[in-house]
Amino acid sequence: MLSVKNIHANIDGREILKGINLDIKPGEVHAIMGPNGSGKSTLASVLAGREEYEVTEGAVSFLGKDLLELSTEDRAREGLFLAFQYPVEIPGVSTTNFIKAAVNEKRKYLGQEPLDAVAFLKMMKEKMALVEIDQRLLSRSINEGFSGGEKKRNEVFQMAMLEPKLAIMDETDSGLDIDALRIVANGINKLRSPDRAILLITHYQRLLDYIQPDYVHVLYNGRIVKSGTKELALELEEKGYDFITDEVDLAANQ
Amino acid sequence: MNNITYFKDQFEQLQEANPNDTIADLRQNGFDAFTKDGVPTYRDEDWKYTNVSSLFDKEYLIAENSTITLADVNTIRLPGYKQANELVFVNGRFIANLSTIRSGTTDLVVLPLEEAAKGEYKEIVAAHLNQSSNYLNDGIHALNTSFINGGVFVHVLKGKEPEHPVYCYHILDARQNPALAQPRSLVLADENSRLQITESYTTLGASDSFNNQVMEVVVKENAYVEYYKIQNDTANASQVSSTHIRQIGRSYVHTVTITLNGGIVRNNMNLVLDAAGNETHLYGLYLLKGKSHADNHTLIDNLKPNCFSNQLYKGIADDTSTAVFNGRIMVQPDAQKTNAYQSNKNILLSENATINTKPQLEIFADDVKCSHGCTIGQLDEEAMFYLRARGIPKESAEVLLLQAFAADIVDQIKPEPLRSYVSKLIYEHLAIQ
Repeated sequence: MLSVKNIHANIDGREILKGINLDIKPGEVHAIMGPNGSGKSTLASVLAGREEYEVTEGAVSFLGKDLLELSTEDRAREGLFLAFQYPVEIPGVSTTNFIKAAVNEKRKYLGQEPLDAVAFLKMMKEKMALVEIDQRLLSRSINEGFSGGEKKRNEVFQMAMLEPKLAIMDETDSGLDIDALRIVANGINKLRSPDRAILLITHYQRLLDYIQPDYVHVLYNGRIVKSGTKELALELEEKGYDFITDEVDLAANQ
Repeated sequence: MNNITYFKDQFEQLQEANPNDTIADLRQNGFDAFTKDGVPTYRDEDWKYTNVSSLFDKEYLIAENSTITLADVNTIRLPGYKQANELVFVNGRFIANLSTIRSGTTDLVVLPLEEAAKGEYKEIVAAHLNQSSNYLNDGIHALNTSFINGGVFVHVLKGKEPEHPVYCYHILDARQNPALAQPRSLVLADENSRLQITESYTTLGASDSFNNQVMEVVVKENAYVEYYKIQNDTANASQVSSTHIRQIGRSYVHTVTITLNGGIVRNNMNLVLDAAGNETHLYGLYLLKGKSHADNHTLIDNLKPNCFSNQLYKGIADDTSTAVFNGRIMVQPDAQKTNAYQSNKNILLSENATINTKPQLEIFADDVKCSHGCTIGQLDEEAMFYLRARGIPKESAEVLLLQAFAADIVDQIKPEPLRSYVSKLIYEHLAIQ
């Protein structure tokens, strides 16, 4: 589904990603962990098409297409979803209208008829129940005045509505208390399916207590330095990142 | 300026044709002032960014007769018109037989201004007509005064709250020649009355039009006035639109000015707060594309204590358009405990567009609260990325964000039919790339 080959990326001339390789198949859940500044969010941004990042080397294919050639909106309409670490507040744009526009833009792109008001409302109701989000939030402006937990829940709700092939969750657990974390994680779990892949980007292991990944990768200094199964996450939790990063730094200095 | 001779000629004809007109002296004073001052240029501080003299290069026709019919009026009515008093002005003259007055005369009186100046309203007209020249003392205003002819007088009677709002349609017939219109109106909202008034502008034909308008509004004790101006005319339609509102009794005024399309547009929105405890809200929105030029000058003159005013003007300038905002607040020595707030927010969408914004506070009292602020920025890139990351194309995302920017002004249009109408106009205006 997603194949990342030797991606190098810069921002303001500074190299952040220094050769990332990653293969994700349908139905798989991958977790990318790593200390602050290792390039986790940069990877998410590059995949979603943030224009400030310049890809200097490498290739990304998504469902057989050259992802890097697609505009941000076309990536989304092809089925890539980014749950933001910091969802943006947009006063004056109602959440419902926004999601309706997004759903129908995707349908248009796929050659489908737009959803009528009744069908859209029905879909909203189903997905609202799925991710436990209150209708009142959706009648407000996008994320305006939402708590941290509400913003993240809104991200998962949008994911449910857009039914992506690949969802990238950028630090979806950050800033959440334990109850909010549980609700958000439950939402994500309900959206797992054999044809949908999920890429979890997180600093902490605790999210992985709720969402069990198939693979765990450790990103450090712009490279994936170790990959394994979910046991790797537990080992990180126990020993901290140092046990890997020291090893890597030592190798680099020799 | 080759029009001067023509104006002089027309002015003399007008004076000769109306020898018994009580407004003749006012016109004469106006024409003397116009002859002396001429048309303002960029050397006048108030006209620094708006070149109206270029508008006088054309051979305007002050049309005596126009062939505008009811069928033409039907094409320009505003939503909600079936419930409205509709006042039709053709080339600046109030045309009674194209207008529809639905309110009864015990609620609302609508008279030709010249007639009002003679009969039972003689003293009222004498007391209030042209008070605006104390504030708008330039040649443009004087030119309007020189040609007061076919104006209108609107009076909401004491204690009356007419259920039908007043719509003023200004039609400029530029189908044959460049058209000059100089409508003049005097509106009186009497004690304990309520008035909602809306003005719109339509140029017919491909020639240039220039609407040099003055409306004076007098608001008495405990009256409530809503005023809406909707400017969405053709690119060859220019105007200087002066609205001079005097709150001479403790009262409430709410105004919204929407400017979408037009050539050179200059709005003077003056509020004279001449009674203690007045409350005033001014809102404005300008969304400029192409070569449009919109200049909003506001003035709030606080003469008496304990007045409250709030101003919010927002605008967008795209392509090679120019926006000007000049917000002047004066607090006179007697106007203690004044609260006056002002904010002007702009988005610059093109490298070739220009925005000039200037707050101007002149405070002569020592116990007041005044604030002002202005911003010029671009569209929020984070918000753009967020929308695009959900599959909304760049152009649509821009329209969504600009609509959102405009929304808090549009929301200030209280009557629902007009609010939806403006909202739709804005969407269409923004969606055309």
